[in-house]
Amino acid sequence: MIEESTVVKVGMADLNVCRSGSIRTTGLGSCVGLTLYDPVAKVAGMAHVMLPSSEIAREGARNIAKYADTAIPELIRRMTIEGAKLVRLEAKMAGGAQMFAFHSSNDMMRIGPRNVESCKQALQLQGIPLLAEDTGGNYGRTIELSCESGMLNIRSVQKGVKEL
Amino acid sequence: MDVLKEVGNIGAGNAATALSRLMNVPVDMAVPNVRLMPFECIADEVGGPEQVVIAIYFRVEGEVPSHLFFMFELEAAKMLLARLSSLQMEDGVDFSEMEISALGEIGNILAGSYLSSLADFTKLYMSPTVPQLAIDMAGAVLNYGLLQYGEMGDSALLIDTKFLQDGNEVQGTFFLIPDPDSFSKIFAALGVPYE
Repeated sequence: MIEESTVVKVGMADLNVCRSGSIRTTGLGSCVGLTLYDPVAKVAGMAHVMLPSSEIAREGARNIAKYADTAIPELIRRMTIEGAKLVRLEAKMAGGAQMFAFHSSNDMMRIGPRNVESCKQALQLQGIPLLAEDTGGNYGRTIELSCESGMLNIRSVQKGVKEL
Repeated sequence: MDVLKEVGNIGAGNAATALSRLMNVPVDMAVPNVRLMPFECIADEVGGPEQVVIAIYFRVEGEVPSHLFFMFELEAAKMLLARLSSLQMEDGVDFSEMEISALGEIGNILAGSYLSSLADFTKLYMSPTVPQLAIDMAGAVLNYGLLQYGEMGDSALLIDTKFLQDGNEVQGTFFLIPDPDSFSKIFAALGVPYE
């Protein structure tokens, strides 16, 4: 078990990087937890993506960690500062659930799958391979990425623990 | 803010009365809180983003679209069921189909009394969708109510009320998260200037 003190936390619509211990985000619903890892430099990064695209942002200050299309470039930038190389990065992701099943015209209701799609597009744009994913379903997840091994640990209430 | 608090007060007051009648025990409620809260802090109201809760969710349609959540801790939900019915409780996290259906119905009654008093008070049309039930992490469930706010900022305005029974035990929490565009309508309906 990894010591609590070395866990870097990532909030909702937030991103962070770490070089030791692990990095974690809790309570992913329709949000996507996207992780990047450089296995050589052992730099890990994680973004808690809430919305698919910054184009739908309304007025006001933008939090670039919130949108798939802006969070991923920012995460890469932050990881590069810590010594990671773009060509070595590999991605994993989890989340993007549809917590409630509504047959509604409201596009917001399908936000989980849309978050997953646009994360994939953003990764493709950067040429980063997606090694594994645990997305969709109708349940919440908490994820933790180990800096040492790049292993992604996924916990959920209904499905228990999984490692990718 | 005071106006919204009053709105919450009226709705939750009626819901508490309904709950009290259902269970045949006195149910108190705390004074509603109205706050613009960072996303991060909202789940802390029910024990943190990883706290497993039973959430009954309604999308409120009509003139003031909102999200309405009613959340119980698992223990509280079991107790509620035990008091309410002669259903035999099984231990553990699992709820039978019957129990889930009963909880959905309880949610329906509470949401109905919450919303109808709000509608009476504001003269605005509000209608809840069929309840959706989730037993999951509070953070994951609440995600849903925050998306509209996510387009604008990192905080959401919520009206939350805690139900208490036997003095201090928290039994459940109501979250009303009106869509960002709904405020001006609530204020206008109540004749209060809104800037």
